[in-house]
Order: sequence, then structure tokens, then C-alpha cells
Amino acid sequence: MCETCGCNVTHGNRHLAYAKNELGVSAVTVLKNLLSENDSQAAHNRAHFDQQKIFVVNLMSAPGSGKTALLEATIDALRDEFRLAVIEGDLETENDAERIRKKGVPAYQITTGSACHLDAHMIHTALHQMNLTDVDIVFIENVGNLVCPASFDLGQHANVALLSVTEGDDKPAKYPVMFRAADAVVLSKIDLLPVLDDFKPVLAEYALRQLASSAPLISLSAKTKAGLPAWLEWLREQRAAQGERVRRGEIRRPRIQGDGVRFHAASV
Amino acid sequence: MHELSVCQALIRQIEIIAEEQHAVDVKTVYLRIGPLSGIEPALLAQAYPLASAGSVAFGAELRIEIAAVRVRCQHCHAETEVLPNRLICGECGDWHTQLIGGDEMLLTRIELVKRSAVLMEAQHV
Repeated sequence: MCETCGCNVTHGNRHLAYAKNELGVSAVTVLKNLLSENDSQAAHNRAHFDQQKIFVVNLMSAPGSGKTALLEATIDALRDEFRLAVIEGDLETENDAERIRKKGVPAYQITTGSACHLDAHMIHTALHQMNLTDVDIVFIENVGNLVCPASFDLGQHANVALLSVTEGDDKPAKYPVMFRAADAVVLSKIDLLPVLDDFKPVLAEYALRQLASSAPLISLSAKTKAGLPAWLEWLREQRAAQGERVRRGEIRRPRIQGDGVRFHAASV
Repeated sequence: MHELSVCQALIRQIEIIAEEQHAVDVKTVYLRIGPLSGIEPALLAQAYPLASAGSVAFGAELRIEIAAVRVRCQHCHAETEVLPNRLICGECGDWHTQLIGGDEMLLTRIELVKRSAVLMEAQHV
């Protein structure tokens, strides 16, 4: 479908395409995603990453769920295995990037000012400031926000959503757009579970499955390192799978964007 | 929160189309938005006058069609309308479903006034 010649007019949308108009007014059928500009930039970023054989993970969560702490623990565990780089997104301060640099990993801080999410253009600007030669995995730590980041494709290969046990086990039901977009969900700060008897991990998983998500739920504590091996194993598997896809010339978008593309082609 | 940036992207798309169509005015803009797109229609409508100020899209009526959330069951193949945070099959309850509607954020159609129409009218007068 080319969006220009009219071949995207189907029985489902014909009533929109050929509606009667007031005299002098012409109708143009568009059927274009509102964020198509962002999506084109994201595809461009993804092509950059694939060309350099880099696996890219977008970390999303509410503020304070432990995204940076998880990255620190991940760097400690994988520093001899992979070359890592991090793109940090926050409204203000260089604090998170400095925490990552202290671990000896290059980090680029995007300060969004008042914007509540990262978009593909910000990532593209960051990429041109970074030396990604020989990097194996790039982590993008999105702005702490369970709403907006889920709507913007950045060019990543996988989305990871963190849910800390201090938040509430019904979070996936309250923020379905975000949790549906996750390829893996990390249940963080599980060292606090003994004092938080009102958080039931099994209910968090139930709420996630209600979103028709088959994403693994990985429980861990970045502080005590409990459960960390399962997260590291998921990363290794996903990176290997991405390497295979690049060798076969396949392009991988996070689960949801892929679904969306299929659906829009089929039903509009 | 991010509706303003989405709205700015929408205006850029309208401007491109208006230019391609040699339009002098945009009358109506039709969108289809699903609850799982992450966009709040009311906030988008609020952002529209601000985002469209000074553009050909300013003053146009914004009509937003809300898409239903629908899933297709991979187990019993039923297609059912469901709630945004309960995407399991409405028929058999299986969670192996595929979303077939409800995550759209589409610009579906624009009604505009072409320069040629204005010229024709001027000739008639």
C-alpha cells in the first residue's frame, strides 16, 4: 500500500474515502499513522544499529523503579562479556549518566527539558555524539514515566518495563499501553518483599497475562543480585537472537509496533 | 502529556498533504484513535488550536473517531470487543490473542478547499 494512489481504500474505509462533500471542498483519504515521522526516524536509527550489529534495549518504568540501579548491576556482571553503552533520558541533570560513567561505560545524557518521553529524533542526535564502534549492546534508559514513552518507537529491538514491588501489583492493569509494549517485564527491588506484604508477585503476573502478554516476568534485586542471572540470561539470548536476525537480513521491531503494522495493513 | 508533540506531527502531515493538493484551506480533519494508542483524544483536541496556529490547518474542525479494542483468539478464533486492560478472549477466556483494533492513531481523511475550486468560483462570480 502506497498511501498515494488510492490502493489503500478498502471496503472497511470506503465510506470515508468517497463521502459526499460540500461544494468546493475535496476529501483526501490519508490513513497515515500520526507518528509516521517519528517512525521513519526510528527505522533509520534501527538501520544504523543493525549495520553495526548492536542490540538495543529500551528500559521504561515509573520514576524510581530502579532502571539505573539495574543498569549498574548489569554492567558489573557483563563488563567482561560485552561492550556496553548507555543513552540516558531525564528532564534535567547529568546524574544518571555520571553513575554509568563511574562504572567505566560510555553514557550520553539527553535532557528533555519538559518533554515526558524520548523520541527517535533525540536518539538520532545522541547517536551522532557517541562512538559506537565495536559496541555490542546499547541500553536506552527512557524518561521515568509509565505513559508517554510507550507510544514512541526509538529504533530499539526490545522493550523492557520495570515494575518495582514498592509500586502496586495492579500496575499492568492501570497502565496497559506500557506493559503491553514490553518484551520482558522486570519485577525489581524484590529484597523489599518481606516488608511489603501487600504486594503479591502472582497478582502482578496475573495482571500482565490479562493483557495477552507472553513476556517473561523476571524477579530480581539489583541490590542483593538475587534473580539477576535470569535477567542476564534473557539479555544474552535476545542479543544472540538479534545477531541471527541481522545475519538473515531481518528487521526486528519491538513486539507491539510489529503487531500494529500488521493490524493496520490488514484492517484499514 | 505528549499529545502536543503528536499534534505537531499531525499538523506537519496536514501541511504536506495540503501543499500536494494545492489547498488553500483545510475544513475538516478526521482521526481514528484507539484507547491502546496511548493518546488521549480530549487532550489532542485541546492541543490542536495551539499546534495549528499559523498553519493552513488552523480553524479546521477535528473529528475523532474512537476505535474499539478488539482481539482475535488464536485458540477459538473468535473476534471479540474487550476492555483495554483485559485483552483475553471474550469468548473462551484464553490469553493467546492478537489485537486487531484499538491501538490506532490514524489520520484517516482530510477535507480541504483546493486553489482550483476557489478560482472556479471566482470565475463564476
